[in-house]
Amino acid sequence: MSRNALGRELPGQVNGFGTLVPFAGAWENTPLVRREKGSRTLPRLTKVVGSIEEAVRKVGLENGMTISFHHHLREGDFVVNMVLDVLARMGFRDLVLAPSSLTTCHAPMIGHIRNGLIRRISTSGIRGALADAISGGLMDIPVLIHSHGGRARAVETGEISIDVAFLGVPSSDVYGNANGFSGPSACGSMGYAVVDARHSKKTILLTDFLGEYPNTPVSIHQDWVDHVVVVDKIGDPAGIAKGATRMTRDPRELLIARTAADVIGASGYMEQGFSLQTGSGGASVAVTRFLRDMMLERGITASFALGGITSQIVKMHEEGLIKRLLDVQSFDLEAVRSLGTNRYHTEIDASLYANPLNKGCVVNKLNVVILSAMEIDTDFNVNVITGSDGVIRGASGGHSDTAIGSGLSIIVAPLIRGRTPTVIDKVTTVITPGETVDVLVTDQGIAVNPRRPEVRDRLKAARLPVYDINELRERAEQATGKPAPVRFGDKIVGIVEYRDGTILDVIRQATAMGGEEE
Amino acid sequence: MKLRRTMLYVPGNNSGMVKDAHIYRSDSIMFDLEDSVSLREKDSARLLVFNALKTLYYGEIEKVVRVNTLDGPFGREDVLAMVAAGVDAIRLPKTETVDDIVQVEKVVVEAEKRFGRVPGSTKLMAAIESAKGILNAREIALASPRLVAIAIGAEDYVTDLHTTRSPEGTEIFVARSLLVMAARAAGIMAIDTVYADVNNEDGFSREVRLAKQLGFDGKSVIHPLQIPIVNAIYTPTKTEVEKSLRIIAAIREAEERGSGVISVDGRMVDKPIVERALRNLELARASGIEINEEVRS
Repeated sequence: MSRNALGRELPGQVNGFGTLVPFAGAWENTPLVRREKGSRTLPRLTKVVGSIEEAVRKVGLENGMTISFHHHLREGDFVVNMVLDVLARMGFRDLVLAPSSLTTCHAPMIGHIRNGLIRRISTSGIRGALADAISGGLMDIPVLIHSHGGRARAVETGEISIDVAFLGVPSSDVYGNANGFSGPSACGSMGYAVVDARHSKKTILLTDFLGEYPNTPVSIHQDWVDHVVVVDKIGDPAGIAKGATRMTRDPRELLIARTAADVIGASGYMEQGFSLQTGSGGASVAVTRFLRDMMLERGITASFALGGITSQIVKMHEEGLIKRLLDVQSFDLEAVRSLGTNRYHTEIDASLYANPLNKGCVVNKLNVVILSAMEIDTDFNVNVITGSDGVIRGASGGHSDTAIGSGLSIIVAPLIRGRTPTVIDKVTTVITPGETVDVLVTDQGIAVNPRRPEVRDRLKAARLPVYDINELRERAEQATGKPAPVRFGDKIVGIVEYRDGTILDVIRQATAMGGEEE
Repeated sequence: MKLRRTMLYVPGNNSGMVKDAHIYRSDSIMFDLEDSVSLREKDSARLLVFNALKTLYYGEIEKVVRVNTLDGPFGREDVLAMVAAGVDAIRLPKTETVDDIVQVEKVVVEAEKRFGRVPGSTKLMAAIESAKGILNAREIALASPRLVAIAIGAEDYVTDLHTTRSPEGTEIFVARSLLVMAARAAGIMAIDTVYADVNNEDGFSREVRLAKQLGFDGKSVIHPLQIPIVNAIYTPTKTEVEKSLRIIAAIREAEERGSGVISVDGRMVDKPIVERALRNLELARASGIEINEEVRS
C-alpha cells in the first residue's frame, strides 16, 4: 500500500497492471504545461521568445549538431543567412547543415564554411557563388546531394537526424501554428518545412507576421514547435514569388513545349482523369498552355496536378480542367492565392510527395511529368546538377522522384545550348537514371527510350519527328563539333545520392574553379 | 509538289539565328545577305551563311539566300559562294527587269560549272519591290526556267509609290494581284510580303487570309512565331479534305470506267476542281493530317 499525491491509498501491484505509478501532482509529469494561470497574453500561452539567440540557448544547440532550413523562400530567403550570422557570433563550430535546398542568395555561407561554423552540408541543390566555391574545393567533406523524396526519407529514417530546425514562416501565431499563404512574405505551400517540423528534435519558427490564434488553416502545427521568434523580415517578397509565372515568348521554348504537348497527346497517357506535373521553366510552363487547348478540344479533364504549382495550373484548376491540386511548392503569387482560397488546392509535405520508403507517395500515382535537363546522354541518364564545365549550378529536386514515379517521364531541352550540345555520350553527373526516363523532346526532334517501344510506335503513328537518340547526338555534334572532355581535379566535392539512399555518382573538383581555394 | 507556305527570313550576320533557323520547320529559309547586313559585315555574313549551308542539317527545308544586287560590289561574290555551298535557290532583291534575272543566271551558270554543281540545279527567286518591277512582272516571271517564285517586297514598293502601308493593304492590292497573275501565267509561285508587327497576331492572321484569298502560295515571315499561324490558315479543313478525297476517288472511278463527265455531291467536277483537290490534299499532308495514301497523286 502507498498513497499518491492526493492521499489516495493504492496497492503496490494489481493483477494485469504490474506496478502502479502513483499520481504525483497535475504538473509533475508534463513539464511543458505551465503552472501559472492567466489571460491569453500571458507567457504561459505563448512560445514567442525575444531573439534568435535566446531561442538557440533554450533548445540547447551544441557544436557538431545538425540544423536545418527549408527553401520555400527561394531567392528571397533571409532566414539562413540571419540564423548563421547569429550562430557564428555565439561561437558555434562544426555544425552540420541540412537545408532542403540552397539558392544564389546563400553566398554569405562561404565565410561561415571558411571560419569553421559549418563542417558539412546536405542539400538538394546549390547555385551561384556558393556552388562555385564548393565546386572549387571549399569544403573538406563533400556535399551530399539528395532528391526531395530522398531527403524526406532520410529525415524520417533518422539518416539525417535534425537537432534543431530553423523554419522561416510567412505567418504564425504565438503558439506556433504557421502557414505559408498569409502575411507579407507569403510563399504558399510549406511542404518541405513540414517534414523538418515533424521530425526534428527541436523546432524554432521565425516569422515577420504574427497572426491571431489559431492561425488556421495550419501547415506547421503548434504541437511540433518549441519556440517562435519574430524578426523584421524573413525574406524579400520580390525574390520569394513573382506575381504570375510568365508565359514565354521565346519561339524555341514554345516549339519544344508544343512538341511536348503533342507527345503527351499521342502517347496514350492523355486519357480522362489523367494526372500531370510540370516544372516552372519556360518550356515546361508553356506545355500547360498547349495541353489546355488539347484538353478542351478532346473534352478531357485531369484528376490532379502535382508538385510545383504555377498560375497556369491554377487557371486550369479554376476552369475545371484539373480537379485537384497537390502542392508541395507554390511557384508564384497566383498559386499562393489559390492555396489560400481553393478548397481542392491541397498542401502536401515532401514525404507524401516523394518519399520512396513511406507507405505510398503521390509521385507513384503520377501519369505524366515534364522535366528539364542540363545534359542527357545516349542512355537517357539526366544531369541537372553540374554544368558542362563541371561546376555545380542546379538542384536534384524532384527530378528522379517524379521520373520513376510517373507513367511517362518527358525531358524537355534544346538540343544545343549556346554552343554546347545537350545530348552527349556520357553526362557529367547522373541525377536521374536513364532507366526511369521515357521520352526526350528537343527543338530538333524527339527520342524515345528503347525500353518504351509502345510509346515510340504511338508517336511515330502520329507522325511526330521521332529519332534514335544517337541521331540527335550526331546532329548536335554536326553543328558544334565534339566537345573536349571536362577536366576535373582529384578531390571529391559532392556525393550524389539516389532517392533510396544509395550513391549514384560523385562530383569532382572543377578545374574551371580551381583557383578558388587555398 | 514543293510547298512554300512560309519562308523564314534570317539575317545572315546573326550566328545564333542562322544556327537555329531550321528548327522551326518553315517550308523555306531565306538567309539574308542584303538589307539586314551592314556594309562592314558583308563578307563575314557571307562566310557565316556559307559554312552554315555546308555544315548544318536542314532536312526537307528549302535553303534560299537573298544576295546583294549584282550592280554593287558584293552580289557576284555572294552568288558564287552560295552556289558553291549548295544553296537551293538564289533570291534576287529589287528585281526590275528581265535583264536583272539574265545577269544573275549567268553568274549562277558560271558558279555551277566552277564548283561542280549539277548544271541547272540552282533555282532562282525574284523579289519585286518597285512600280517598274511590278509592271514588268509578267516578263520577269518568264525570264528563266530556273525561276520558281516571285515575291513582293511591300516596304520598298510603297515608298516608290509615295505612300505608306495601311492595315488594309489598299495601296498594294493591285501590285499583289498583278504579281499573282504574272506568277500563274508563268506557272511559278507567288510569295507575299513580310508583316513587321510580330506582336500583332490578329493583324498578321488577317493579312495571311487576304494573301491566301488573292492566290499567294505563301508568305515571307520574320519571326518563328508567325510560322504556325500561316500553316494553320493554309491547312485545309477536315470538310475540305474529305471533299477532296471524294473528288479524287470519283475521278479514279470515272477513269476506270472510261466515262468523261463526273459529279460529286451533285456538282460537276472538271479539271480545275481536280487540281484544287490535289493541292488541298498536298497541303493537308504537309500539315500532318492523316490521309489515305492510296489516293496520292
